Amino acid sequence: MTEPLLRVRDVKTHFPVRGGLLGRVRGTVKAVDGVGFDVRRGETLGLVGESGCGKSTLGRTLLRLVEPTAGSIRFEGRELTGLSQRELRPLRRRMQLVFQDPYASLNPRMTVRDILGEPFAIHGLERGREREAKVGELLDLMGLPRDALGRYPHEFSGGQRQRIGIARAIALRPDLVVADEPISALDVSIQAQIVNLLVDLQRDLGLTYIFIAHDLKIVEYVSTRVAVMYLGRIVELADAADLYRKPRHPYTQALLSAVPVPDPERKRSRIILQGDVPSPLAPPPGCHFHPRCPYAMERCRRETPPLYELGNGHTAACFLVEDEARKVTQGGQGVLAQSPP
Amino acid sequence: MSEPLLDVRGLKTQLSLEEGPVLAVDDVSFSIPPGGTLGVVGESGCGKSLTALSVMRLVPEPPGRVVGGRIRFRGEDLLALPEEKMRRMRGRHLSMVFQEPMTSLNPVYTVGEQISEGVRLHQGLSKAAAREHSVEMLRQVGIPAPEQRVDSYPHQLSGGMRQRVMIAMALACGPELLIADEPTTALDVTIQAQILELLKRLQAERHMAVMLITHDLGVVAESCDAVVVMYAGRVVERAPVKALFRQPAHPYTAGLLRSIPALQETGGAGERPRLKTIPGMVPSLRRLPGGCRFRDRCERALDICARVEPQLELKRDGQEAACHNPVPAP
Repeated sequence: MTEPLLRVRDVKTHFPVRGGLLGRVRGTVKAVDGVGFDVRRGETLGLVGESGCGKSTLGRTLLRLVEPTAGSIRFEGRELTGLSQRELRPLRRRMQLVFQDPYASLNPRMTVRDILGEPFAIHGLERGREREAKVGELLDLMGLPRDALGRYPHEFSGGQRQRIGIARAIALRPDLVVADEPISALDVSIQAQIVNLLVDLQRDLGLTYIFIAHDLKIVEYVSTRVAVMYLGRIVELADAADLYRKPRHPYTQALLSAVPVPDPERKRSRIILQGDVPSPLAPPPGCHFHPRCPYAMERCRRETPPLYELGNGHTAACFLVEDEARKVTQGGQGVLAQSPP
Repeated sequence: MSEPLLDVRGLKTQLSLEEGPVLAVDDVSFSIPPGGTLGVVGESGCGKSLTALSVMRLVPEPPGRVVGGRIRFRGEDLLALPEEKMRRMRGRHLSMVFQEPMTSLNPVYTVGEQISEGVRLHQGLSKAAAREHSVEMLRQVGIPAPEQRVDSYPHQLSGGMRQRVMIAMALACGPELLIADEPTTALDVTIQAQILELLKRLQAERHMAVMLITHDLGVVAESCDAVVVMYAGRVVERAPVKALFRQPAHPYTAGLLRSIPALQETGGAGERPRLKTIPGMVPSLRRLPGGCRFRDRCERALDICARVEPQLELKRDGQEAACHNPVPAP
């Protein structure tokens, strides 16, 4: 197998929580707590989960916009953790981020010409007329009019602003784009336009995406594979079609069954979970999901289930699939650790 | 058919902007029977929230003002009621739940005090009785340990819990109509499922009518009996929920439905068809095109659409649309 574009192993991102008069550390939020996966060149890895599950922190950690506490992140075989900012800079142009909020992520005092020219300026590429030509090409690619150049972000609609944000991210032709909820701030009729644009760009420019979103319908549509997160850990990872047709983790099952479907005549059995997502400051012991899980056993309260390999790259962190995993690997190791060596 | 609980006819609500007044709600009509659930859907700026605020007579004035139409509720004309009577109506007979519970709850009062306020005012309950009632309401909306939670402040609760408190507050006096404006939009999908389930149960127990404002057609399909679709201040389609989802009559509704990928039906990346989109964007209320407001984005537009603004009319069994060239029946 060829080397993955991104190889993530046992990554942890912990934040100290300070409080009180002296600002002492009172606890730790384990926003990302031992996550591992590969991202193959040209694919879209969907990352789903509810607020506070750590998906955005993970996305930022992978780009080293947030410092990981532990673990390994290799980009084309090159270890990113431990690199200095100076050493990172040449890699930065190859890994970009698209933000959720096109209103907040564009500088209101800069024209579109300056916003899209900035990546070239920072990396000392193309000047003057050449840069202007590159920026013009970007506008064409995004379906924005050329006269947008001299205008400011507030003069555009939400959908157009997101196009500007995407143009900025792909200006230097990156390999990897982390898109963090790129459409959730947009109206329904505009969302599909932006999704189609992202899919076209991927095909035309050979981009690899990590697509972070809470909208499970859109994630299914754009993703090659999907990882489901719960309280800092991946609980299931599989090809998109497998995950949606045959979810194995009880949390994934509940999540999918909770999605409202625009068809009043389709009868579905809904799993209503009890309670809220626990505070990431004090996650439950054992399997983090056990207090809300309809199948929780005694063991789930004490032990953390590893990610079991179920064939075809489908993994799930639940003791219920342990026997099946053993059969799949036929006496082999049976367990693919949360972070394979 | 029995008398509707709420009957809105030709409602017009104006907003005064710097550039001059615009009709943000333009000739909107609908009704809700006792115990029924009406979904009001549309994208931001379509006038759905302003319609709800108009019914509650809570449109901030200025810049807003109801300038036309009639709102009958329990046989009374709400727009003609003096403010004093309207205040007694709100909370007691009709109440509202907002999208963002953190900004609609008062941070310096306990949830018990906030739930009590309504019943003490409207039903003259004593402080102790009101507190007991608050505990009971918290229990009904599924808050664990309500005897303790009644003394919590809003910031001590999670988003889902706050939304439950909002619902408890809205239902404390047993209203006949609950207006819920995007009640689950700020919530995660597993919590959204809990809240929608809760609303359904309470509605059935109390035979309460609900007007559910949302942008999520999935939520409408699962919770409502009838739907009103709004676009740029006007109702473009009005139909029973099954008919609407089987075959929308208005091209805008059809476009919205097509732009949502179906769950578990695409084969993942690689074999996916392109998402269908509605080209362009919602027009500004200040620069509405003449004729049909949707025609610039419509694939079925005819010449007449530029000249004559279509009126809402019956297209087929129970399904009304404001369109010169509606999508034919399946």
